[in-house]
Amino acid sequence: MSDAVLTQPAFLTLSGISKRYAGVRALEGVDFACERGKIHAVLGENGAGKSTLIKIISGVVQPDSGSMRLAGRDVSFATPSAANAAGVVCIFQELSLMPDLSVADNISIASPPRRFGLIDARAQRRRAEQLLAEIGCEDVNPLMRVRDLPLSRRQVVEIAKALGKKPQLLILDEATSALTSADVEKVYAMLARLKAEGVAILYISHRMHEVEALADRASVFRNGRHIETFDKGKRSTADIVQLMIGRDIATQYPPKPARATPKPVLDIENLSWDRHLDRISLRVGAGEIVGLGGLDGQGQKSLLLALFGVLRGVTGRVTVEGREVRPASPAAAKSVGIALVPEDRKTEGLMLPMSIADNLVIASLGAISTGPLVDRARENEVIKRAIARLQIKIGAPGDAVSTLSGGNQQKVVLAKWLMTDPKLILLNDPTRGIDVGTKQELYRLMRELADQGAAILFYSTDYDELIGCCDRVAIMYDGRIVRELEGDALTETNIIASALNIDAATQDAPGAAHA
Amino acid sequence: MLDDIAIRLRQNVGIVTAVLLFFILYLLYNFAHPKGFSSAVLVQNGDEIFALAMLAMAQTVPVLASGLDLSVGAVMTMVGCFASYLLTGAAGGTPLHLDIFGLQFGLGTFPGGVGGILLGTVICLATGALAGFINGCVVVYGRIQPIIATLATGAVYIGIALFLRPTPGGKIDEDLNWALTNSLGDFAATVHIFDDGAAGWFAPVAWIPVPFVLLILVALLVWVPFRRSVLGRAVYAVGSAEGAAYMSGLPIERAKIAAFTLAGFFAGCGGLFLAIQTSSGNADIPQAGAYTLNSIASVVIGGTSLLGGTGSAIGSIFGAMVLRVISFFFRIFDIAPLLQPLFEGLILLAAVSIGALGVLRVKNTLELFR
Repeated sequence: MSDAVLTQPAFLTLSGISKRYAGVRALEGVDFACERGKIHAVLGENGAGKSTLIKIISGVVQPDSGSMRLAGRDVSFATPSAANAAGVVCIFQELSLMPDLSVADNISIASPPRRFGLIDARAQRRRAEQLLAEIGCEDVNPLMRVRDLPLSRRQVVEIAKALGKKPQLLILDEATSALTSADVEKVYAMLARLKAEGVAILYISHRMHEVEALADRASVFRNGRHIETFDKGKRSTADIVQLMIGRDIATQYPPKPARATPKPVLDIENLSWDRHLDRISLRVGAGEIVGLGGLDGQGQKSLLLALFGVLRGVTGRVTVEGREVRPASPAAAKSVGIALVPEDRKTEGLMLPMSIADNLVIASLGAISTGPLVDRARENEVIKRAIARLQIKIGAPGDAVSTLSGGNQQKVVLAKWLMTDPKLILLNDPTRGIDVGTKQELYRLMRELADQGAAILFYSTDYDELIGCCDRVAIMYDGRIVRELEGDALTETNIIASALNIDAATQDAPGAAHA
Repeated sequence: MLDDIAIRLRQNVGIVTAVLLFFILYLLYNFAHPKGFSSAVLVQNGDEIFALAMLAMAQTVPVLASGLDLSVGAVMTMVGCFASYLLTGAAGGTPLHLDIFGLQFGLGTFPGGVGGILLGTVICLATGALAGFINGCVVVYGRIQPIIATLATGAVYIGIALFLRPTPGGKIDEDLNWALTNSLGDFAATVHIFDDGAAGWFAPVAWIPVPFVLLILVALLVWVPFRRSVLGRAVYAVGSAEGAAYMSGLPIERAKIAAFTLAGFFAGCGGLFLAIQTSSGNADIPQAGAYTLNSIASVVIGGTSLLGGTGSAIGSIFGAMVLRVISFFFRIFDIAPLLQPLFEGLILLAAVSIGALGVLRVKNTLELFR
């Protein structure tokens, strides 16, 4: 199973670890080892068992069977703090910060410096300053409340908090996803330093280039099983992807139909907002899928929110099918035929405790009501149709939507908006955290909707996806659209060059891909 | 450094508002009062403020952990009824007996004198803390929402109070009453210290009302250390993001139990003082309810978020004082006292609105729902 030969006794060894959640297998007989002074990447699709693996190692959940050895001793952690005490520290995907406490409070939350039994605020502050300086982020004032920090800074605080626990085994679970590129560099430097100090590092990331740049060794998981472990350079990216999904990815995207200049649905002129959007002009035609690309946080999300009426103080002109619109709220945007699949489906997309059926019809209650009353027969009819159309895998429509898998939840969000029969569909990174199979279904559905005449504006952080799905991609940089790519110009090289705002004309040479 | 001050000010804007509001209102009141700026007025106000200030502190702690405690008024009332038996200070002690369905059980004689008063005080405060501890256990181990758990236990505590004092009665040692509800000078004279309060160095502070001193002592000796303890920090963390607190390895259950226990203790302090001040125990149900609701109002005026995580018991003290000062105005301006709830409500609305002004500056309306 392991191609890689350990060069020293393993620091952490898992043997025969299995875990089931309510009968569903999450991990099955996993053997895994990692050693000190190495960055070990853990790869796999969602649902491959990576999260469960980390949760078991860091004491959040207990395995059903199997054993774990750390530094030559059998261990089992009942709580995250027990794992911390043994030197196992995890930086979780969902931030573990208390928003109302200060940065300094958060960093020292588990074991603050004390004087006379009480927390020593001054020492705690110095400690925070020190740790933040270690990652090169001195600009964060330890007195600030975490709530008042932008997401990228919060993640920095999260990392400083983990560092403060003096980890022997550090686990990063998508810990760089919200960081700015400048901060990512600093985190890489910090990881290199920890590695030199002999810390064992487990690195979970969906960004292949990060894994390629950082990892000394990688393990691929699929369907709860450990598939293979190999050293850096032993496998090509294509091989790795193959291992992860177990099938060829070439067939992933539906074909793009060739079409004449479409009838414009959305026409944006000089849209500006705050410091995040700067004189944006863009057209999306009927039947077109237009991508929004570029690095994270260049204004793509703000643009979608501005069109959906969420932002205040937006200037510029937006027309939908020739009529000027200026939606003041999502309700107003809905009434002119705009739909938005939001960034975070758990808080903005769905009412998790409510049933699948309720979630499906929540945006289109007007259409199935007679006067103030909802027509139950019509409701059941449209629900049945939506579930069939999107092939949502459910138990019963009355089940809470929280019981569905991530992919099926996202389908519910999309289905909810399709019921409003939108002319313009805004998609905010809809495939994030979704397994490959469901992704393909979503791509197919997007194309289907476009073919039926909808205009789609699609933001994604995944360049492959933009290239595969979109008729045209607008690359944003610092709140502006710097370039629109279509046809043969729509290549990864061009996207990356434009995203970094490098002069793209010189970058078109074939073979320069994969920056 | 200036940055730091600006940050701290911004983070405590609720408390600062409450403090300013109180001082403005109180200055106005003293100017309007014929005997304004005198020790006598201050003493009277201190006596009227103390119990509510204690209940406001009590309410703050569970609210910080994002739970409401609807039993604070009941705990106050129950402890007051206990005090009316235990703080009589009678020289020969007080015979206690339990009367259940006509059956009499003798419980011996509770000691009198100073020793008895001290012992009684400790028992009363411990009773308050125990009631709070029970609340905490019901919430944590019963996994019941605080608001409903304390609604139920509060009814039980009122029941105990009614059992103890079906009709108002009992007695509190007269010296104790006099010493604690007047100025420091009177206190010294009653307990015979500092030459009965006549010592020269003592004169500059002799005018200070005892309830204010007690208030400051409780705040400094109980609240401030608690806030700076790991457990206190955990209470804020639980109110801010319970999941994150758990993942950070904080003692969540202990923090919640501590929050309710401390609430019980503060409520007990309030009940003890109310009994001493009125020299009797009274299982007054409407009064218990009014105190509970006013404690919540005080917390909000004092700048603590009902969602938990931010705020301070110090702010709540000022919130309570603001509420009380409003009622003082009715006395001197001769306004129909029936209008009092209306004005208190308006002030509450205004205070809450100031806290919500930031909403107008939000440019991304999605942030309002996070």
